[in-house]
This record gives sequence, C-alpha cells and structure tokens, in this order.
Amino acid sequence: MLKLALRRVAALIPTLLIIVTVSFAIIRLAPGGPFDEEQGASPAVRANLERVYGLDQPLPVQYLRYLRGLARGDFGPSLRQRDFTVSELIGRGLPLSATLGLCAIALALITGIPSGIAAALWRSPRADVAIAAIGALGVALPSFVIGPLLALVFGVHLRWLPVAGWEAGAPRYLVLPVLTLALPLAAALSRLTRASLLEVLRAPFVRSARARGLGEARVLWHHALRPALLPVASYLGPAIAFVVTGSLVVEAVFGLPGTGRYLVQGAIDRDYPLVMGMVIVYGALTLLFNLLADLACGWLDPGTWHE
Amino acid sequence: MSSRRGLWSDARRRLRRDRAARTALVLLAVMALAALIAPVFSPWSYDTLDWQHLARPPGTAAAHWLGTDRLGRDLLVRTLYGVRLSLVLAILASAVSLLIGVLWGAVAGLAGGRVDGAMMRFVDVLYSLPYLFVVIILTTLFTRGSLIVLALALAAVGWLTTARIVRTQTLALKRREFLEAARALGVPPHAILLRHIVPNVLGPVAVYATLIVPQMILFESFLSFLGLGVQEPQASLGNLIFAGAQEMESAPWMLLVPAVALVLLLLSLNLLGDGLRDAFDPRER
Repeated sequence: MLKLALRRVAALIPTLLIIVTVSFAIIRLAPGGPFDEEQGASPAVRANLERVYGLDQPLPVQYLRYLRGLARGDFGPSLRQRDFTVSELIGRGLPLSATLGLCAIALALITGIPSGIAAALWRSPRADVAIAAIGALGVALPSFVIGPLLALVFGVHLRWLPVAGWEAGAPRYLVLPVLTLALPLAAALSRLTRASLLEVLRAPFVRSARARGLGEARVLWHHALRPALLPVASYLGPAIAFVVTGSLVVEAVFGLPGTGRYLVQGAIDRDYPLVMGMVIVYGALTLLFNLLADLACGWLDPGTWHE
Repeated sequence: MSSRRGLWSDARRRLRRDRAARTALVLLAVMALAALIAPVFSPWSYDTLDWQHLARPPGTAAAHWLGTDRLGRDLLVRTLYGVRLSLVLAILASAVSLLIGVLWGAVAGLAGGRVDGAMMRFVDVLYSLPYLFVVIILTTLFTRGSLIVLALALAAVGWLTTARIVRTQTLALKRREFLEAARALGVPPHAILLRHIVPNVLGPVAVYATLIVPQMILFESFLSFLGLGVQEPQASLGNLIFAGAQEMESAPWMLLVPAVALVLLLLSLNLLGDGLRDAFDPRER
C-alpha cells in the first residue's frame, strides 16, 4: 500500500504541470491585456510596460520563463498591485482562507457524521421525512443564499454577530462564514452517513455478529462503523473541492480579506501571474486533499487499494 | 431480460406514485409558466425605473406586488425574468454538455483499448481541476456578459460526469448479443453508435440530466453573484441575490424574494430528479 501511495504522490507533479499549462494557455489566449485600462497610456508607454514584464516575448518563451520561476518558488510580480509579488499577496490571504476552510470541514465532520449515525439508529417514519427534507434543503440552499440569510438573522435582527468584515484576532467574525460553508456540507455528510450505515447494518456479517451474541454497541462501533464510513471518506474529495469553491463566495459575502477575491479580481484585471498563482495553489491543495481522502479510504478498507 | 418498453412504463408508474416528485413537477410547471407568461400581464418591464416608488416593500406601491429595488424596478418582474434566464441558460448548457458527454463516452467505450484509455485519462485530468476556476477564467476572459459564452462555459464543466456514466454503460452494452449481431451483419461503427448504443444509454443519462439542470442553475447563480455571469441590467437570480444582500439591512425583501425563488426552483428540480432516479432504479431506502 505504501508503494501505491508514493506512486500517487509522484503523480501529483505531472498533473500539476498539466494544470499550469492549460491555465497558462487559456489565460494568454484570451483577448485583452493587463494594461488595457491604464489611464492615459500611449502605445509607447504600454509597449514599454509590456517589455518590462516580459509580455512582448513569444508565448513559449514566456511559458518557459514562468516554469523556471516556479521551480524557484517565484510566482512573479502582481501586474495590478505593483508593490507586491504574487507570493506576498497569496501569503497574506491564505492563512485566513485556510482557517475558514479547515474550520468549516471540521465543523461539518463533527456535526454531520454523528447526526447521520443518530438518524440511522433512530428509526421512525417522521425522522425519515425530516431527514429527507433537510437533505433536499441542503442541496437547494447555496452558500450565497445561506450566508446573507444568516447575516440577516444573526447580524441585523438579533445583533449577536457582526454582519461582515474581519478584525485580526477576533474569531466572532468567522462564526457566520464558517457556519455558511459548513452547513451544506454537514447536511450532505449526515445523509451519506445515515444511508451508508443503514445499508451496512443490513449486511450478513452484522447479522452473524449479533447472532454470536455480541452486544449492539460493540456490533456498531467495532464492526459496522468502519465500512459504513467508506463512502463518507470517498466523498471527502469532492467535499474539499466544494469548500474551496464555496470559500470564494463566502469571502465575497462576508468581506473577508482572504485569497478568494484574488482569483476573480485577477481574472478581471488580467493580472496573469496572480491568476496563475491562485490556480496553482488551489489546484495543488485540491490534489493534495484528494490524495489524503483516498489514503483515508485505503485505511478504512484496504480492499480498495487492490484495483 | 426486460424489454425497453417495460422499463419506461414501469418507471412512469413509479413516478406517478411518488408524491414529492409530483408536487415538485407541479411547482416547476407553475414557475416555468409564470416566468414565461406573467411578465406580459405586468405594466412594468424588467428595466423600467419607477421614480415614484424607489425601494418600496411588497404590496405598498401601485402594481408592484413584490416591491421594488433601489432603482425603482419591479421586483416581481425581475425575479420572473431571473427564473426564465436561469432556466434557459441551464437547459441550454445541460443540453450541450449532455451531447458532448454522451458522444465522448460512447466513442470511448466503443473504441476501447488505448483510445478509450486516452480519452478517459483526459476526462480524469479535467476532473481534477477545480472546475469553478476554469469557469471563472473562461467567463471573465471572453466577453463578459455574453450569454452564449456563459452557457458554453457552464457546459464545459458538466460533460465530464456524463462521459464517465455513458462510457461505463457502453462497456456493459458492448458485451450484449445484439451488438455482436449488428457487427456480424456488417453495420458500420458510426451506425452502431447512433442506432444502438446511444438510445440504450439514454436511461441513466436522462436521470442525470434532471440533476444536472439544477447544478447549472447553481453555477450560473454563483457566477452572477460574483459579478461574472449575467450583467446588469439583465436580471439573473444570482445578481438579484447579490444586490439584495447589499440592501439587506434596510430592505430585506430585495434579498428574500429572489432567494425564495431560487430555493423553490432548485428544490423542485432536485425532488423531480430524485423521483425520476428512484423511478428508474428503485432501491429500498
């Protein structure tokens, strides 16, 4: 299994390379440049700017220069925010975005999985309907709807929490954003855990465990839970993707100075290095977490590794 | 071996008994009809500015049943326009992505071997890209606000899963006797593709199609919320919610009206999709 894991880690680099290449191609091939909106820039000035940033060279040359910079860990300067390099910008925003994402995932796991287990164990037709309803709502309430609604209730009407913004070291500003990001995920995890556990509890090996006289609690914890969590673990991959993309909206809704706005604003401004940097960082994080999720699957059920 | 007719009539029967799906279908039909026809009955168009009634709550101003926004535009009409736009874009994008996905998956499955491997490896790589990023990049870099580009960008994301599903189905079909017979009779490959494979994979694809439409609505609203999709003064549920969120403290109805519309739309589409999926492939809950 270790060999497979290492092979998967090694496969990250080529995939990342493809991501870089495809993004580079898409961004450069699009019309418009970073200096189109320069006030009062004559063509000569614009040509000069392009020369300074190396944008006048043929594309393959620019591509190789960029790769060489990457190898050194240099993402290049930001074309719009001229006093900063891309690394500095991302470095400033990433801690907040990472905190947001990790807290949301943690909250979703802590609330989603146990509630799913509880729902599976508490069999009643009314509970089933309630759970189906919550599940349906979870899909129909996107984060950019939940966010403002939560802000409306808790920020404007009840005044318990700030509506938006961020103050360093004041966690109350993170409560609503984390909640917004975690709720749909928790609903999905809860549904998944419940369905999966129900199915496992019907399996023959559980029946034989009970027949052997094992107590219900032991049957549950020791035998049924591990295979039941397998679909949940494999859902963690898409869940990470959801958190990554969802954080864009949550940061926009709550005005958090994370990295999310860099992608959107960078794409609008044609700030090539910034957009590339964002794509690479987020792409790498997504790949990494997908790998971790796969490893978790492998730990839960080693059978999945022998594909 | 159940005949194809048996599957569809069975499914129809199961669907008729599913109350949630029936309610969803009715709700959906009502919303679609309202979105298409109702604006005709209102004196306001989606971009008419009513200077006398700026930011009025629902029911307080003349013929503004759901109130007006900050610029005096009727909220009901704008929301209905938003529903219409979202539905049209989503259906268009879904249709394109299904077309591409079905063809890609069927060709890959039928071809097999290295062609299949290459085609699906391509799908896997695209799958690992954070798809929204691609969509964001695509929509910002080409004419912002162009609806065709938006629909294509959305479609570019959706075809991947369809391709996977279709390929698996094709591989299963490949081993069936009727395909061997067709090949033995000398039917050319493209005819095998169109005449035999595509009709038979449409079952699971149809179910997935109903689930992909709400996903497209979600993407489009997402993008419009971020300012990358539908632009002002056109109304999309996404940018209506964005505008409403900004006015939320003083004019909550501007947020609630489009939000409720979006939630109802998504709910009914998802319930209908779930109902269809259960009708075609019933499992004990």
